[in-house]
Amino acid sequence: MIPVDYYLFLSLALFTIGVIGVLTRRNVIIMLMSIELILNAVNINLMVFSRMWGTVDGQVFAIFIITDAAAEAAVGLGIILAFFHNRETVLADEMDIMKW
Amino acid sequence: MAVASAILMVTRRNIVHGAVFLINTLLSTAGIFLLLQAEFLFVVQIILYVGGIMVLFVFVIMLVNLDVSMRQVQFNRQWFVAGALALVLAAQFLFAIHATQAGRDPLRLPAMAAEISPKNTEAVADALFSHYMLPFEIASILLLVAMIGAVVMAKRRVG
Repeated sequence: MIPVDYYLFLSLALFTIGVIGVLTRRNVIIMLMSIELILNAVNINLMVFSRMWGTVDGQVFAIFIITDAAAEAAVGLGIILAFFHNRETVLADEMDIMKW
Repeated sequence: MAVASAILMVTRRNIVHGAVFLINTLLSTAGIFLLLQAEFLFVVQIILYVGGIMVLFVFVIMLVNLDVSMRQVQFNRQWFVAGALALVLAAQFLFAIHATQAGRDPLRLPAMAAEISPKNTEAVADALFSHYMLPFEIASILLLVAMIGAVVMAKRRVG
C-alpha cells in the first residue's frame, strides 16, 4: 500500500505549480488553467482523506468542487471572450480599464 | 508524470501546448482517483474535466488570437517575488505534513470498508441524494447561473 504522505506530496507539488502559474504568467487563459490545477490538487487531498476515513463524504465534496470548477471555467472564459472583443488582449497587466 | 506535465503546462509559450499538457495532468489525476478506489470520480474527472472543461478552454484559445501573444513576454515583472512566495507556501505545507508525521509510522490507507468498496458509485449516490441533498440543489442553481452568465457575457453586442 502507498503511504498517505506520497499522495499529499503529489497534491502539494501540483498546488504549488498552480500557484506559481497564477502568480507569474501574464496570459489570463493560462492563469485560469492554473486555477483548475489548484482545484485538482485539492481534490486529490479530499479523496485521500475520504479514503482514509472509509467514507464517501470527501468524494461528494470533490464532486461539488468539480461542479464549481466547471462553473468558474465557463464564466471566466465568457469574461475573457467579452474582454477580447473589446480590447484585443489576453494579458493580465494590460487589463487596466478600471485603473484610475 | 502529473507533476512533469503540470510544470510543462505552466512554462509553455504556446497556449495550445499548455492545454494539452493540462489534459495530461488531469488524466494522471484520474488515474490517482482510480488508485484510491473512487471509480465514480474517475469517470466524472475524465468526462467533465477532460471532455468538458478542456474543450471549452481549447475553443476559447481558438477564438482568441494567439499569434500575437506568443511573441510577447510570457511572465510578468513580479515573477521573482511570486515564485519566492509560492516556494515559502510549499515549504510551509511541507513542514505541516512533516510535523504531523514525525515520530510515527507512515500512515497507511486502511482496507476499504466492505459496504463501500465494490459499489463506490452507489455509495456516492446515496450520500449525494440523502445527506447532501441541499448542497446538491444549490450546486445545480449555481450551474444554471453560471450558464446564463457565460452566455450573456460571450454574446456579441448588437449595435
